[in-house]
Amino acid sequence: MAQEAENKDIDQYHYSKNLDNAVQYLSFALGKEEYGVDILRVQEIRSWEPVSRIPNVPSYEKGVVNLRGSIVPILDLRERFSLSKAEYTPLTVVVVLQTGDSNKTRIMGVVVDSVSDVISVDKTEIQGAPDFGAKVSNEFINGLVSVNERMVMLLDVDKLLKLEELDQDESQ
Amino acid sequence: MSIDMSQFHQVFFEECFEGLEAMESGLLTLDMGDIDSEIINTIFRGAHSIKGGSGTFGFTVVAEYTHIMETLLDEMRDGRRQVTQPAVDVLLGSVDCLREMLTAIQNEQDVNNASVAKHKTALEVVLNGGAVAEESAPPVEQESISEEVVANIVPDMPEEEPVEAQEQGWKIAFCPYLDLLKTGNDPVRLFRELNELGDLTTVANIQDVPGFYEIDPEECNISWDLKVVGDISADEIREIFNWVEGDCEMEVQPLAKAAKPAPAVKEIDPEPAAITPTNPAPKPAEVKAKVTTETKKSDTQDSENEAAKTTAKASSIRVDTDKIDTLINMVGEVVITQSMLGLVGENFSMDKVGQLKRGLAQLERHTRDLQQSVMNIRMLPISFVFSRFPRLVHDISSKLDKKIVLKLVGENTEVDKAVVELINDPLVHLIRNSLDHGIEMPADRVAAGKPETGTIELRAYHRGGHIVIEIIDDGRGLNKDKLLAKAIEKGLIEENNLLTEKQIFELIFMPGFSTAEQLTDISGRGVGMDVVRRNIQSLGGNIEIISELGKGTTIAIHLPLTLAILDGQSVAVGDETYIVPLVSIIESINITERMLNKVAGKGETFRLRNEYLPVIRMRNIFNVHSGNPTKSKEGVLVVVEGQGEMCCLLVDELLGQQQVVIKSLEANYRRVEGVSGATILGDGSVALILDVPGLVRFSIR
Repeated sequence: MAQEAENKDIDQYHYSKNLDNAVQYLSFALGKEEYGVDILRVQEIRSWEPVSRIPNVPSYEKGVVNLRGSIVPILDLRERFSLSKAEYTPLTVVVVLQTGDSNKTRIMGVVVDSVSDVISVDKTEIQGAPDFGAKVSNEFINGLVSVNERMVMLLDVDKLLKLEELDQDESQ
Repeated sequence: MSIDMSQFHQVFFEECFEGLEAMESGLLTLDMGDIDSEIINTIFRGAHSIKGGSGTFGFTVVAEYTHIMETLLDEMRDGRRQVTQPAVDVLLGSVDCLREMLTAIQNEQDVNNASVAKHKTALEVVLNGGAVAEESAPPVEQESISEEVVANIVPDMPEEEPVEAQEQGWKIAFCPYLDLLKTGNDPVRLFRELNELGDLTTVANIQDVPGFYEIDPEECNISWDLKVVGDISADEIREIFNWVEGDCEMEVQPLAKAAKPAPAVKEIDPEPAAITPTNPAPKPAEVKAKVTTETKKSDTQDSENEAAKTTAKASSIRVDTDKIDTLINMVGEVVITQSMLGLVGENFSMDKVGQLKRGLAQLERHTRDLQQSVMNIRMLPISFVFSRFPRLVHDISSKLDKKIVLKLVGENTEVDKAVVELINDPLVHLIRNSLDHGIEMPADRVAAGKPETGTIELRAYHRGGHIVIEIIDDGRGLNKDKLLAKAIEKGLIEENNLLTEKQIFELIFMPGFSTAEQLTDISGRGVGMDVVRRNIQSLGGNIEIISELGKGTTIAIHLPLTLAILDGQSVAVGDETYIVPLVSIIESINITERMLNKVAGKGETFRLRNEYLPVIRMRNIFNVHSGNPTKSKEGVLVVVEGQGEMCCLLVDELLGQQQVVIKSLEANYRRVEGVSGATILGDGSVALILDVPGLVRFSIR
């Protein structure tokens, strides 16, 4: 019992002051930018391993890997966001995310430079994504939040992982 | 005591559908002249358990409906009623109706009241008409028919309850013994059923209930005075209390207000009320009202519990216990081997290598067995599909006035569940075709010197890792000249094309092709055969026609036994490994660059035994950049066939043959052109499985 109470204390400590509005995000870095995804969408974090290429798909869809028996696609977020390419090193990290609507969930991995932190964000502190005009696409960004003077862009996982369905076969 | 009943719904529906199938096949095998009481018993049991279940789960509509069926069947079973073809037809209709109702309830939709009412009246007519005829009282029969007509003309008009119905009803003194609850009976359920028959008022007598500290919660100390108002027969009441008979004391009396003072009925009293024609008209209206309230109820539950809805739709499978026992055995073996290997590994020294190798060999064997038995679980006998066809043939042949016997051979051939589910529609289509176009009218048959009754044989058997399903009819066969003429007329082929027999028969798979002179509602619209072929090909199978004019047609479908495992040839293209399904490979040839001929500077062909085949360079079509380009070195040409088209795939190297487990790319990703799936290789990496027909199409584009 005492142990449980203690654990609870720790948990409460980790949540921010306002329990009701707190949401936890996993933040990661792409170059100098910092992004966050809803931690409940994160299934696991893995190191980069070679993928099997898929023919004739956009270059940011790197390929597929075997994740304990399921075939999971890997996307490169740098390429997705049209940032400069980075070499893959053993330190390169793949964040495995879950997405999906009510009846079907998908699992996908995204390649990021490094995972930084788990941040607790008060919902009320999230600002809407500013409109940069046509120049910069902000379609994946849910909002901005500042944590310790750093700006973290919160990503919309569902939009991020939505692949263009190029199924020409279906329409035939 | 609130158990969430919805968790059992899935099982209930499954059992119901099984029961319906049993009833259907029983009804179809009923031979008019010579009634096998065992068959009637089977049908009766089916109806009875559906009734019981639906009552328990509160699906009143179903319970009421089955009750009528059951009454009819009961009379047949006791020999009080002749089994006639019309009665059987009505019962078959009722089976359909029940199936519709259950499907509607399962999908949480409204029950189609009009069709339920229609089938119900039909049943009641059989029930009443027959009974009356037996008692030889023609005037009453007249009456029941006229009532029936009225009911038919205004089926949806909400008729008012007859005035005297208000005064009809029963008074029941229900005094259960102390141990009623221990026998698993819940009085509340009985009351609920009673309430469905009519307006129920209950008065509980609690004078026998002991003080709070002396109460044994498993004892029933309460007795009830029940009053139920409505047009109810004594039989119906008796039916409800059937289960608690012997566990209670009860007295049933008609309400005092009834016109003539009826004598008190002590428990079981054969009341003729069930046989006297009851007015059928108010019943549909009554049913309707109940259905709406019920669906409303389920709607609210629905929105509350979205998750429950999804679980209810999950597909399930019934597995033979033997198969599971084998599986458990096998798992035991694997665990033993694993612990043995563990022991070897604990203090490993070189002299234990032999032991290690033996262990590994054992493990390999067990894993293979285990895989096989797991696959076996998914295997179902093809009779799951076949069993529906006797009914189809029965219905359609009587509609067409043809005499046709359906023979089923090899119903126990086992095939993967996925195949079973997907093969049904194509088969229905093919059988309809045989019925409609294949088998001739009885007169024509006699004129052609054939027996009057046509035969369709449905045969399933295993052949070399495939299941073959054949539909054989002894009808008129395909007319080659007619097919050709039609194809030329429709502009599907050129006039002076020379086609082989096989190619001519293949014409019927072309979209928009139909030689039927007259369209019927059964077949002949020229859509369908192409869909049939596409469906079968999407299952990884193919379809073949053999036909002889005037003798008959055989359509053979070859399907892989399972959709989960495939024999593959792995090939290398650059650094990538791809799997080519072994079934589609015809041969592999070592070639050099100069054996390929350029066509118009672009496309390449390869000449294989006087046939020029298009060449697909896998490196180009899949944009592989790693490794040395094939141009400078010799590659391997894999000749493949897909959807009747042959072509050659140019790859760098053949790696080896192996069984691969098919994994879906679409589960987490999407469909990729030229790829039918993926698999995991021995080193844990992913290899793509090539979709040969897709590649052929892709390369043409």
